[in-house]
Amino acid sequence: MLRSLQIEPEKCTGCLQCEMACSYQAEGVFNPSKSRIKIFTFHDEGRFVPYTCTQCTEAWCLHACPVEAIVINEATGAKEVIDDICVGCKVCTIACPFGTVNYNQETAVVQKCDLCGGDPECAKACPTQAITYVDSEHSGLERMRAHAAQNLPQDNA
Amino acid sequence: MAWTRNVLRVNLTNGSITTEPLNMQWANDYLGQRGLATKYLVEETDPTCDALSPDNKMIMTTGPLTGTMVSTAGRYSVVTKSPLTGCIACSNSGGYFGNEMKNAGFDMIILEGKSPTPVYLYIENDKAELIPADDLWGKSAWATDEEIHAKHQDPLVRIAVVGRAAEKGCLYSAIVNDLHRAAGRSGVGTVMASKNLKAVAIRGTLGVGNISDPTKFFKASQDGKKVLAENAVTGEGLPALGTQVLMNVINEVGALPSRNHQDVQFEGASKIGGEAMLEVRESDGKANLTTNGACFGCTIACQRISTVDKDHFSVKDKPQYHGNSGGLEFENAWSLGSDCGVDDLDAVTAANFLCNEDAVDPISLGATIAAAMELFEEGAITVKDTGGMELKFGSAEALLWATEVTVRGEGFGKELGQGSKRLCEKYGRPELSMTVKGQEFPAYDPRGIQGIGLAYATSNRGACHLRGYTVASEILGIPEKTDPLATDGKAGLVKAFQDATAVVDSAGICAFTTFAWTLEDIAPQIDAACEGDWSAERCLVVGERIWTMERDYNLAAGITAKDDTLPKRLLKDAAKTGPAEGRANDLHKMLPEYYEVRGWTLDGVPTDETRSRLGL
Repeated sequence: MLRSLQIEPEKCTGCLQCEMACSYQAEGVFNPSKSRIKIFTFHDEGRFVPYTCTQCTEAWCLHACPVEAIVINEATGAKEVIDDICVGCKVCTIACPFGTVNYNQETAVVQKCDLCGGDPECAKACPTQAITYVDSEHSGLERMRAHAAQNLPQDNA
Repeated sequence: MAWTRNVLRVNLTNGSITTEPLNMQWANDYLGQRGLATKYLVEETDPTCDALSPDNKMIMTTGPLTGTMVSTAGRYSVVTKSPLTGCIACSNSGGYFGNEMKNAGFDMIILEGKSPTPVYLYIENDKAELIPADDLWGKSAWATDEEIHAKHQDPLVRIAVVGRAAEKGCLYSAIVNDLHRAAGRSGVGTVMASKNLKAVAIRGTLGVGNISDPTKFFKASQDGKKVLAENAVTGEGLPALGTQVLMNVINEVGALPSRNHQDVQFEGASKIGGEAMLEVRESDGKANLTTNGACFGCTIACQRISTVDKDHFSVKDKPQYHGNSGGLEFENAWSLGSDCGVDDLDAVTAANFLCNEDAVDPISLGATIAAAMELFEEGAITVKDTGGMELKFGSAEALLWATEVTVRGEGFGKELGQGSKRLCEKYGRPELSMTVKGQEFPAYDPRGIQGIGLAYATSNRGACHLRGYTVASEILGIPEKTDPLATDGKAGLVKAFQDATAVVDSAGICAFTTFAWTLEDIAPQIDAACEGDWSAERCLVVGERIWTMERDYNLAAGITAKDDTLPKRLLKDAAKTGPAEGRANDLHKMLPEYYEVRGWTLDGVPTDETRSRLGL
C-alpha cells in the first residue's frame, strides 16, 4: 500500500518538533534550517501551516534534472535525490511548482523529502497529529468521515 | 553533550566582539542557563554596582537542553542585576530565540559596557556585528522587529528587542522576542536599553547536536513527552484554556487579589477567564481565542493567540491591533483585569497587546496601575497629576490610558514606569505598594494561599510566583496536596519548590512541565544530553547551590533578611471573603523555620557549613 504525508494545518501549534526530527534524521543534528518539512507562521491570521513535498506522480523535479539524480523509490513512491550524482545545478528547485526542493550549501547538493524510506520522522514527532502518514488512496478519509458525521441525528449522540 | 561550548562576549563600550570557550567546570556545578549565567555574573561584576551603569553586565543564556527535541526545550534567560529591585534578575522566555542562539553556535552571549550610540547586535552563525540603530531608537518593539526583518530580507531571523518604555527608563521593561514572548520581569529590558542596545537579531543554521548516545536521548525525551501528553493539566487543561484555566479556580479559593489586594476575590473573574475567551462575540461571530500555539519544541502548547473585537473602543480605527497576537495569560488577565477591577475582556486583551508592542512586564504594570488607582481614590493622586484622567478602579478607559502612556514613556506614564514602590513612596503612601523587594506581586493572594506568601517573601528576585510555585501543591495537589490555609510544613515545601525550579530554569525547559514532570522525569533527559551522571539527587543539590548563590549575591548587594517580608496589608488586614475570610498571612510562623531548613542563620545568612556543603 502506498502511503502519503497528510497535513492538517488547523491542528498545528508551531512547535517545530517535525523540523527537528527531520533534520536529525537527515543531518544528525537538531537544525530547523535544514529540515525538509517547514512550518509557516501566519501571525496576523493566527495560523501555523506545515508544508513539504507531496511526491508528485509526474514529478517536475525528476523530469528537469539533467543528470538523473532524482529517482523514484518504488517501495514508497518517494522521489529521492542521489547525492553522489547531483551536481548542484538547482534546475529542480526552479522546476518544482511548490518550492519543496532546496539547495544545501554545506553539502552542495539539493535536498528534499524522501519519506525517510517509508517511516517519516516528522509524522512520528508531531504531538498533535497535524502530520500523519496515511493510505495514499484514502487521504481524505478523515474529512469524509467528519462530513458524514454531520448527518447523524443530534439526539443519538 | 548538547552544548556548543562557545560564549560570545560583546563589549559595547569599545565594540569588541570575541568568542571564548564555555567554562565546563561551572556547567558541571551550575547546570546551565539561570545557574550558569548567574555564576558568570557573580564572578565578573560587583553586586553593589548601579544596575543601569556600564558596570552591570547582561547575559543572554541557554541551557544544555535548549535546541534539542526535549519538550519545551527552546528557552533562554536574561541574567543581570535588576534596576527595579537591586537584586539578581533572571527572566526566562520561550518563543524561538533561545534555540536560534544555540543554532548559531553560542550557548551564551555576555553583553558588557555601554555603546556610545544606539546599536543592535546581528549574529549569523560565527559572524557577529554591531549595527547602528539610530533609526530604530524611539520605535516600538514591534516596529523594530519588522524593520530588522526587512533590512536583512530574512523572515527567519529571530529577534529579541526592547521598546520605547525601556528607552524612557521604565523600570520593569521586558525584552520581547517573536513579537509576544518575553523575558518579562525585573526590568531586564531597562538594563538592555541602558546599554544603548536596541535588539539582538540571530540567524543560526549550524544545528544542535553532540548527543553522545542518541538512542538513550530519544528514549528519555519520548518518555518525557508521553508523561506530558497523558497528564490532565499539560495534556488537556493548558492546551485548551492556557494558564487562564486558573482564573476561576483561584477566585473560588479566595486567593485572587482585586483592587490592589484590598479584596481576595473578584466579582468579574468569570468575564476575563479562560472560558470567557472561548465565548463567541456578537459583533463578528468570533471568539477572543483563535487558537493555541507552542513555543519552540513544546508539546504542551499553552500560548493564547487572540484578537480584540474590532469595534471595541480600545482598537476602533486602529487596524494595527485588529490581527491576531499574543493573548491573555492568567497573570496578565489578573494584573490588568482583576487587580485594576476591570472586567472588560477586550480592554484587558488590548492592554496586553500594548505591553507586548513596547516590551513591558504586564504584571508589574497592572499592579502599578492598581496602586495608582488606590492612590487616586484615596485622593493622594489627583486629576492634576494625571492630566485629567480619572484613575478609578474598574475603568477600562483608565486602564488603556495608563497602559499607553507608560509603555510609551509619556507624561504621567513616566511616574507609573517607576513601579508601585516608588510611586506610592512619592505620593506619601508607601504602605499601599504591593511589592516585595520592590517587585510587584503576581496573581495569588498569600492570605488565601499561605505558602506562596513565604515564597514571595524569600524569592531572590522579589515577589514572584515562578521562583517556587507552591500553588501547585496548595491548590492543585501537585505533586501532593497540602492545605492552603495551613502554615505547618510550608517552609520545607517552599524550599523544595525553589530548589527544583532553579534546576528547571537552568536546564533550558519550561516551568510548566512541572505540572506533570518531577525531577525524576527531568533528570534522565539532562543525563542523556549531558556528560556525567545526572540524577534527581544531584539536580536537587545543584538547585540548592544556585538558590544559595543568588542569596549571597543579594546579601552582597545589601538586600537582607529585613527585606524578606510582605506588605502590612497582607500581614495584618484579614481577607474579607472566601475560604480564607478572617485570615492574614502568617509569615512569622514560617520564616524562622525556612531559614533553618535552608541552613541559614536566623538573620537569613547561609552558614559557613551550608556554603561548604554546597561548594560555595
